[in-house]
Amino acid sequence: MKHTLVALLRDQPGVLNRSVSLFRRRGFNIESLTVGHTETPGISRMTLVVDGDTTSVEQVIKQLYKLIDVLKVSDVSQDPNVTRDLLLVKVYAPPAKRSELMQLADIFGAKIVDVVPDAMMIELSGSPEQLDRFVDLIRPFGIRELVRTGCVAMTRGASTVSGPYQNQEFRAA
Amino acid sequence: MKTLTGAQMMCEALLAEGVDVMFGYPGGAIMPFYHALPEYPELRHILVRHEQAAGHAAEGYARTSGKVGVCVATSGPGATNLVTAIADAMMDSVPIVAITGQVVTSLIGKDGFQETDVTGITQPITKHNYLVTDVRDLPRVFKEAFHIARTGRPGPVLIDVAKDVQNARGVFEYPESVDLPGYKPNYDGNRRQIKEAANLLNQAKKPLIMAGHGILLGHASVELREFAEKTGIPVITTLLGISCIPEDHPLSLGMPGMHGWVHVNRAIQECDVLFTIGARFDDRVTGKLDTFARNAKIIHVDIDPAEVGKNVITAVPIVGDAKRVLENLTEIVNANEHSEWLNHIRDIQATRSKRQRDPESGMFTPHHVYAEFTRIMQGEFRVCTDVGQHQMWAAQLIEYMKPHTHITSGGLGTMGFALPAAMGVQVACPNEEVWAIAGDGGFQMNLQELATVVQESLPLKICIINNGYLGMVRQWQELFHERRYSATPMWSPDFIKLADAYGIPGVRVERAEDVAEAIQQARSTNGPFLIEFVVEREVNVYPMVAPGASISDMFEDPSEVEIEDVVAVK
Repeated sequence: MKHTLVALLRDQPGVLNRSVSLFRRRGFNIESLTVGHTETPGISRMTLVVDGDTTSVEQVIKQLYKLIDVLKVSDVSQDPNVTRDLLLVKVYAPPAKRSELMQLADIFGAKIVDVVPDAMMIELSGSPEQLDRFVDLIRPFGIRELVRTGCVAMTRGASTVSGPYQNQEFRAA
Repeated sequence: MKTLTGAQMMCEALLAEGVDVMFGYPGGAIMPFYHALPEYPELRHILVRHEQAAGHAAEGYARTSGKVGVCVATSGPGATNLVTAIADAMMDSVPIVAITGQVVTSLIGKDGFQETDVTGITQPITKHNYLVTDVRDLPRVFKEAFHIARTGRPGPVLIDVAKDVQNARGVFEYPESVDLPGYKPNYDGNRRQIKEAANLLNQAKKPLIMAGHGILLGHASVELREFAEKTGIPVITTLLGISCIPEDHPLSLGMPGMHGWVHVNRAIQECDVLFTIGARFDDRVTGKLDTFARNAKIIHVDIDPAEVGKNVITAVPIVGDAKRVLENLTEIVNANEHSEWLNHIRDIQATRSKRQRDPESGMFTPHHVYAEFTRIMQGEFRVCTDVGQHQMWAAQLIEYMKPHTHITSGGLGTMGFALPAAMGVQVACPNEEVWAIAGDGGFQMNLQELATVVQESLPLKICIINNGYLGMVRQWQELFHERRYSATPMWSPDFIKLADAYGIPGVRVERAEDVAEAIQQARSTNGPFLIEFVVEREVNVYPMVAPGASISDMFEDPSEVEIEDVVAVK
């Protein structure tokens, strides 16, 4: 089963490397991993999607906690949450195919961000499943290049993952 | 405001952390530190002959002094030579701080002379590490490093300091506390879980305590004993747990696992509650995991949450410090006794002999040496062992009476550990008798340290069990590889002449009747002494569980088995 984990990290040199090398070392299978800034300066947020049984996911969480610069790890899969992935795809699009592609993009709420005579770049954000469906639909047109960012996730409701670490300043080294 | 150089700050920080000795080796990138060192005569520096030895010595020092061990090396090869010792400290949870010099900041990443990415290399084998590129970070980094090394589950921390940072000047203000929001070890076990453990133990008919290194690291020997005595539960000790309970204690049973005793492994397989504290269910202890302690509910106490549930399914997990958990548990658990259960295990034990039959060759077995050790020393010694057959015999056959008297490389299994570790132990315990016991193979991996022993006037006693083979590998070849002795026969120099070249007196023992006298001679010699015991070449360590097999399936010395029930317990 897939688990979405959210980890808060102190912005220290090597913290991402430490996390990633941990996964390799312990043989954990990571499906996607993203890192970015948060509302608090000095704290980054890592979202990772792991495929594994509950026991091995628990081990991932515990091992992550052993890293000194990891502040918090939550498995948000069981909570109601919003999960988003971002897709950029360059599709083979001669003039005759353009309108069909644009219609499909419209249905999914995707944006056309670049058009040249025989290709088109489409941007779409949504749940990973939504993105999968879109990619399946446009595949017959001929995909020339595709990139996805991997998932970020946030639980619904007023409570936060960052809880106690909010509004606290953390010095970056 | 008065400023200091980074190198002086490093020394000041060491003093502030209560360091009085370090083991090291200078070189280009750490020279500013060595330049400052003579200004701090309170900091004793022991010059080793190879950086690996500095690391092991720091480990030996830490494991007996209860303080953080410190080792120092230069960049590049100096630092990479430390790697084995750091990995060893990581596996055995030993608190050391390794300080390495790094090339100047402007050369980092440019493949400068003697540059290696030491923080990168040591990342998976340190509890944490730092690269310092700004002198203003030095005080904080040292404060954090020592704090992280000694608290929670102890471990090695490395500080890599760029050479220009050692030369830079800054104001030295040593922080009084650390600010590490992501690092909060849990010391008090969960009350409810402790109560649950007590309930389970109260109801148990055949309970067993498995005590590991955590008891020694957590200085909980007294608490363990009180807990065992109140509950009447017998205690088994893992390789690194040895000496956490006096081995002549009526409740002490000995070591489990691959070369553990039959009665101990049998006790694991028969017990109904296995109370494990400060041990991590290493594969050398458990054997085939899904056959391990099948009848038992497992209570697992460990300070490292990631150890709980890692290898075995735990009925009651308790994350906390051994000492505190034991205190709380002893308070609420029922007083009890389990004489029937204990007698049952003792009955199994009684059918086995610790003696080995004398070989027909006329040579003697190592067993004589260990038996004489125990008889002569009466527990008044500290022993550092290497890795291999001699190590297993030292664990099985010598009786340890006081905490921290058995020091060995457990998790990593590092040959060459004994001699340098014993130097660290001797420095920590200058007035005690310290023995380094090694095989002919392991001794030659770090024998250069004999020079350090002499230069530092360490009165170490060194004992080589020489069987002319890499004995444990040879044993596996005999048992599992068709007796194909590939690369295990080993020629050695004349160890006595070698010792003599270093100015160390020594004696070679080739007859069983001379064993005791040699040991006495070593003891009565002021200063270091070396004994080479030339023993029967092909003696195996028994009993044994084959790698990957169940601990129910032990095989014993075929020449010694006198009873019919060799294998048992389904």
